[in-house]
Amino acid sequence: MRYIPITQADKAAMLRDIGVSSTEELFAANIPADVRLPRPLNLPPALTEMEILTHVRDLTKANADLTEYTCFLGGGAYDHYIPSAVDTFLSRGEFLTAYTPYQPEISQGVLQVIYEYQSMVCELTGMDLSNASMYDGASAMAEAAGMVVAQTGRKKVVIAASVHPNFRRVVKTYMHGIGVEVIEAPLDHCELDLNKLEALITDEVAGFIVQQPNFLGHVEQVRAIEQMVHAKGGLYVVCADPISLALLEAPGNYGADIVVAEGQSLGNAPSFGGPYLGMMATREKFARRIPGRIVGGTVDTRGQRSFVLTLQAREQHIRREKATSNICSNQALNALAATVYLTLVGKEGLREVACLCAQKAHYAAAQIARLPGYKIACKSAFFKEFTVNCPQPVDQINRQLLGKRILGGIPSSVDYPHLNNAMTIAVTEKRTKAEIDALVAALGEVK
Amino acid sequence: MSTVALIFEKSTTGKRAITFPKCDVPEVTMETLIPAELLRQKPAALPEVSEIEAVRHFTQLSRRNHGVDVDFYPLGSCTMKYNPKVNEQVAKMPGVAFTHPLQPAETAQGNLKMLYTMEQWLCEVTGMDRMTFQPAAGAHGELTGILLIKAYHESRGDNDRRKVIVPDSAHGTNPATAAMAGFEVVSVKSNPDGTVDLASLKEVVGPDTAALMMTNPSTMGLFDPNAKEIAAIVHKAGGLVYYDGANTNAIMGYVRPGDMGFDVIHLNLHKTFSTPHGGGGPGSGPVGVKNILVPFLPVPVVEKQGEQFVWDWNRPQTIGKVHGHHGNFGVVARAYAYCLAYGPELKEVSEYAVLNANYIMAHLRKYYDLAFDRFCMHECVLSAKTLKNEVGVKTLDIAKRLLDEGVHPPTIYFPMIVEEALMVEPTETEDKATLDRFIDAMVRIYKEAKEDPERVKSAPHTTVVGRLDEALAARKPNLRYRAE
Repeated sequence: MRYIPITQADKAAMLRDIGVSSTEELFAANIPADVRLPRPLNLPPALTEMEILTHVRDLTKANADLTEYTCFLGGGAYDHYIPSAVDTFLSRGEFLTAYTPYQPEISQGVLQVIYEYQSMVCELTGMDLSNASMYDGASAMAEAAGMVVAQTGRKKVVIAASVHPNFRRVVKTYMHGIGVEVIEAPLDHCELDLNKLEALITDEVAGFIVQQPNFLGHVEQVRAIEQMVHAKGGLYVVCADPISLALLEAPGNYGADIVVAEGQSLGNAPSFGGPYLGMMATREKFARRIPGRIVGGTVDTRGQRSFVLTLQAREQHIRREKATSNICSNQALNALAATVYLTLVGKEGLREVACLCAQKAHYAAAQIARLPGYKIACKSAFFKEFTVNCPQPVDQINRQLLGKRILGGIPSSVDYPHLNNAMTIAVTEKRTKAEIDALVAALGEVK
Repeated sequence: MSTVALIFEKSTTGKRAITFPKCDVPEVTMETLIPAELLRQKPAALPEVSEIEAVRHFTQLSRRNHGVDVDFYPLGSCTMKYNPKVNEQVAKMPGVAFTHPLQPAETAQGNLKMLYTMEQWLCEVTGMDRMTFQPAAGAHGELTGILLIKAYHESRGDNDRRKVIVPDSAHGTNPATAAMAGFEVVSVKSNPDGTVDLASLKEVVGPDTAALMMTNPSTMGLFDPNAKEIAAIVHKAGGLVYYDGANTNAIMGYVRPGDMGFDVIHLNLHKTFSTPHGGGGPGSGPVGVKNILVPFLPVPVVEKQGEQFVWDWNRPQTIGKVHGHHGNFGVVARAYAYCLAYGPELKEVSEYAVLNANYIMAHLRKYYDLAFDRFCMHECVLSAKTLKNEVGVKTLDIAKRLLDEGVHPPTIYFPMIVEEALMVEPTETEDKATLDRFIDAMVRIYKEAKEDPERVKSAPHTTVVGRLDEALAARKPNLRYRAE
């Protein structure tokens, strides 16, 4: 009974007040005997706190972690620097151990954080409004797909094949539920084939989903695409890398109707894939269509500015089967991390991070391109990730890199077989020239 | 100080909280790297503050927030139990926090083993065969579970099963989930105690039934004694049964949904398994299934091959993916530490959760109406109906007056089948003194409602803000800061 603070004397007094002689009577009054579990749970014996820490430390020793290995993996999860003060607030019990702010009078802290988060997301994306976060980038994209279908009443969604393969899988899983066809727009090498795309975008298409920069790291012709989509009355969904938005144009400024993003980069540890946060922002005209919690400003009985969950007539606890989504819990603590991160790096700092990523990624690409047998797979511009054709299967190369304590890039030809032996390499501001040179040297030594 | 300026309002051009190392590779101008038409023209107006300003800002905001670490939080159906600190330390270990979801499985054997082991443990607790950790929250688990059921029927060519039956006492997420998975929702009336009305169920179940979604213990905090029979009725009609495990904190070690015939369950690790709610998330909503649904689980699935743990992607009947990676792994790691702390003694968690709820009910029934007069499980549903009729003090007023007592109010106006409902879930991590303090506060408010109803109706009086104008917030949405 590690976290049960009731003494045997208390228990006896409580049972007396209830009017039973044992807790067993309470269970017997509820659960029929024939369904009761007649044996103890078959679980390993309880450990103390000291033993738990030793156990998990020993267990996770088998992992190659990013504090000991140099990471060139990306694909929606990046090894960006997390300022010290971020963790300070993730550990504050007032934030950490609160529930959804249903009682605004004692939840102004988290409500104001979310309002500030929404404001920052709008600034980054160039959109009018944002929700309070979703599970992750992939599920945010799937919810956006559902939103364009509901808005247009059309039953087809087109998605760029250059969108993260796992994101596409999630979109397809969600859309299968509501009987929506998902069509993939093919690539010409590392970016969308615009001629083929134009043929796919018909007036039956609810919307088109693009990722900028795409999974392979390269930029898409987002302005030209916008014209194609809107010409047929569809909606334009852009999935952005939030760090890139310090350098690349805000999707709101080239006609996006919905912007989604994987927000992990903003102060969240990679944590083997989660918890992260899905960001979602849209235009004012879709305010009543957006899923998830939204915080709004108002006044209290004393005339003070204050914050509250609002526009709840969209949500499941009010609308039940007519809700815009079933989402209830979101990723509030991860949105707090993003808010603290964006506050700490600020307007100039975010641009610095983005520029450092871009400079270092381009340095790495240039060095690798000079190695015999290696070639940058695409001529188009990129930000912090790029794709390289390698002289050998990428799994084999990565195994050799591991020996040098390097986690090599993503073997992207698994999902893009037309790219021979392709590796997608991510370079963040944390990578030093020495680390990049060590990668280049190791790639050059591949046998 | 009763308001805190927005961080944007504290911004001063040129202030910095953090600097980054100088670029150590040869630099080129951005315009040569990225085409001009794709470059951002106007920077995002993020705040510009020093580190101390940022730290004070968020510290001040944290002080305007209630959490389990601050005081009692008996929010019904949310299981706001204590979140052990060692679990946080576990989640921050480099092998957990600083591992990449796409690193090769052979370099993440510790994490795969943790997922594999945790899956076995939770299957033991629930009586299921396999489990997926991809769902990031309870509602996400519901969607996953219902999509698995859809895939099952489709695989059998059983395409006319368009309906999902949901009792009217269910959480709003249940009908919303069924709709999101493309099903029609059939609402079935509950008995006054929140259990499923068997006669009504038999009327609606049929060849078009895809599934029944059932919360047990129900949202009334009562265990449905007919659960096994209900599962059998739905099975006989060819449907599958979904167990909403939101209330698992009441039953661990006592009864297993799998043994009662349920085909799918989701758990809320952020409820039953003590991971912190974080102000609304992250959660984790693993879904457990019986063997008939295993082929449809999201990819990849962890498998053990000899001494190695691997990701199995080769599952032709899979529903696909519901999360970009492996779910909220950091949350699963916390719950793993929690399971280590209890082992088979998890049964005591449920024992004391039920004891605490009945203790509160035994004392407050003298003052408030009971939604149903029977020993409850881990939560009790009270009603302020009589008090409202007598003195016009509503459940909302009682909740607001509780804020002045420093405790978070119970869940209010839910379940919807109970008038003026107050749903109290104390959890097992509160001691008798805390429960007594809550009982005293509820009695004090009851008496005050009779003597000075206005005082209760105008509460809260001591919080940093008073009641909010929620209608104004919805009528004139102010959803973001805009610079003047």
